[in-house]
Amino acid sequence: MRTPPPVSGGAIEDVARELPRPVLGRLALLLDRPRVLGPLMLAPAGLYIILLVGVPLFFAIYLSMSNATTGSQTLQFVGPANFVRAMQNSIFRSALANTFIFTIIAQTVVILFGNILALVLQQKFWGRSVVRFLILLPWATPISLAAIGWKWMFDSLYSVVNWMLKAVNIIGPTEFPQWLGVPSLAMASVIIVHVWRTFPFSAVVILAGLTSIPQEVIDASAVDGATYVQRIFYILLPMLTPILAIALLFGTVFTFTDMGVVYILTNGNPFNSTHVLSSWAFQVGIIAGDLAQGAAVALFLLPVLLVGAITLLRIASRAETGV
Amino acid sequence: MAVVERALSLGSLSVQRVLGRIGLYLLVAWFTFLASFPFIWMAITAFKQNSDLYNIKNNPFLFNALPTLDHVKLLFSETLFTRWLVNTALVATAVVIITLVTAVPAGYSLARLTGRWGRRLGFGIFLTYLVPPSLLFIPLARVVAELKLQDNLWALVVVYPSFTIPFCTWLMMGFFKSIPGELEEAAIVDGCTRLGALRRIVLPLSVAGILTVIIFAFALSMQEFVYALTFISPSAAKTVGIGVPTDLVRGDVFYWGSLMAGALFASVPPAIMYSLFLDRFIAGLTAGAFK
Repeated sequence: MRTPPPVSGGAIEDVARELPRPVLGRLALLLDRPRVLGPLMLAPAGLYIILLVGVPLFFAIYLSMSNATTGSQTLQFVGPANFVRAMQNSIFRSALANTFIFTIIAQTVVILFGNILALVLQQKFWGRSVVRFLILLPWATPISLAAIGWKWMFDSLYSVVNWMLKAVNIIGPTEFPQWLGVPSLAMASVIIVHVWRTFPFSAVVILAGLTSIPQEVIDASAVDGATYVQRIFYILLPMLTPILAIALLFGTVFTFTDMGVVYILTNGNPFNSTHVLSSWAFQVGIIAGDLAQGAAVALFLLPVLLVGAITLLRIASRAETGV
Repeated sequence: MAVVERALSLGSLSVQRVLGRIGLYLLVAWFTFLASFPFIWMAITAFKQNSDLYNIKNNPFLFNALPTLDHVKLLFSETLFTRWLVNTALVATAVVIITLVTAVPAGYSLARLTGRWGRRLGFGIFLTYLVPPSLLFIPLARVVAELKLQDNLWALVVVYPSFTIPFCTWLMMGFFKSIPGELEEAAIVDGCTRLGALRRIVLPLSVAGILTVIIFAFALSMQEFVYALTFISPSAAKTVGIGVPTDLVRGDVFYWGSLMAGALFASVPPAIMYSLFLDRFIAGLTAGAFK
C-alpha cells in the first residue's frame, strides 16, 4: 500500500481527501443517492407549505361552509348559507365592487407611470442612484407605516395635500376637501395610496425587462431610421409584453388582496363605503367573531388569484418552449 | 445656403436634445417628489412643536417655532416603541433562521436532485406565494387559537415562514442553478459525498444567494401587517408595524408628531435593506418569464 502523495491546498483537493467515513456506513451511501437525498432535503420546506398554506386554504373552504365563530368549540356543516348571507349584505356588495374598482384604476395608472419611469430610469442623468433609492421607498416601507403617513397628509384640518393644492390654485382659498370624510374622495385616497405604493415596483420590473433587450435590436432600429417614439411603440413595448404581464400580475395581486391601506387609512369609512373584501372579511370574521362568514367573504378573492396563477403558468411555459 | 440649412438642422437637433433633457429632468423631479414626499412630510412633522403643527395659518413646510425633540422623546419614553422594535427584530430573526434551514436545502434539491420534476415543483412552490395573508388569516386564527399561541410572538414566528419559504426556495433554486454542476461532480468523483460537496463547494459559492434570502426573509417579516394585527392584541407583544398605527392613537386623539417619528424610524431601515437587494428580488419574480 502506497500512501497518496501530499496534494497542494485548494478546495477541490481538500474535498478529494475526505473519503466516506466508515462510521456513517450504509446511511452515507443511501444519502448519496439523489432519489433519497432530493426528497429529504425538499421535505421540510414542502411540509411547511402544505401545513401552513395548503391545509389552511382547504380549512378556509371548510370554515366557510360551517357555523364557526371565535368562541365555538364545535363546527356544524351548513352548506353555502354563508355565501348567500354575505351576498345579501349591501356592505359586502360594495366591498366586492370596490376591490375591483380600486385594483383596476390603480393598476391602470401604475402601468402607465411604471412604463414612463422605467424609460426615465434607463437614461443616464445626474444623481440617478439617489433618485432610484428615493423612488423605491414607497415599495420598501412597511405598508401600515406608509398608510399612517398618508392618513396624516389627508387630515381633516391640517391636510398638507390641501395646502399644496391651494398654493398652486387647484382648489380655491376657502375650499377644504375632506379626503377621508366623503365616500368618493375616500375611494380616491385609497387608490392614490395604492398607486403610490406599487408604481416603483412596476417600474423596476419593467426596467429589468428593458435592460434585457439586446442592444443589437435597438441599434438595428436606429440604423433603419426609427425615431425614439417609434422605437418605444414598435420595438420595446412588443418585446416587453411578457414582463409587462408579470408586473401587472403581481401588482394586481398585491393591490387586490391588500388590507393594510384600507384598514389604516379609512377603516372602511365613511359609512362603510371604502371596504374591500379583505378588510370586510377582517371586520366580520375577527372583530365580529363570525369566522365562517369571514372565511366566505375572503374566499371571493380566490377566483382572481386562480386566474393570476394560470396566467403566470402560461407565461412561464411559453418562455420554456420558446414560442 | 447649404451651410445655413446645415446650421439650422443642427440647431433644431440640439434644441430637441435640450428639450429632451428638460423633459427628462422634469419627469425625474415629478416621480422623486411623488415617491418621497410622504417621508419628507413625516420628517417635518416629527420635529415640529405642537403649537406650530396644529396652526392652520402657518406654512406647513416652515419651522415657525423652533424644532423640538419632544415627539421623539415621547415615542421612546412613554410608548412601547423600543419594545416593538425588539419584538419585530426577534420575530424576523427567528423567521430568517427557519427560512434558511428549509429553503436553502429545498432550493438545492430542486436545482440538482429532483431531475425534470424540479422546475415544475419549484414553480408550484413559487405559486403558493400568490396565496395572500388576507385569504389565510381566518383559518390560521383558528389554528393559532387551537395551539394556544394567541397574543404570542411565536404565532408570528410559526406563520411568517409560510410566505418567506416559497419565495426564498424559488430564489435559491435559481441561484444554485447558476453554479456549474461540474464543480460538485468533480468533488464527488474525487470521493466526496453529495452533502460534503454541498458543504465544501456549493455553499461557499452561494454566500450572495444566502445573504439575499436573509435580507428578504427579514424585510418581508418586518412588512407583514395582517397576521400581526389578527394574532396579537396586547401592546407589549406588538410588532412595530401594528404598534405605531394602533397604539399612538388614544380614542380620537392622534399623536401625529410621535406617530410620524415612529413611522419614519421604523420604515427607513427596511427600505435601505430592501433597495440594496431589490435587483435580485426582481430577478426572482421575473425568472418565470424568461429562461
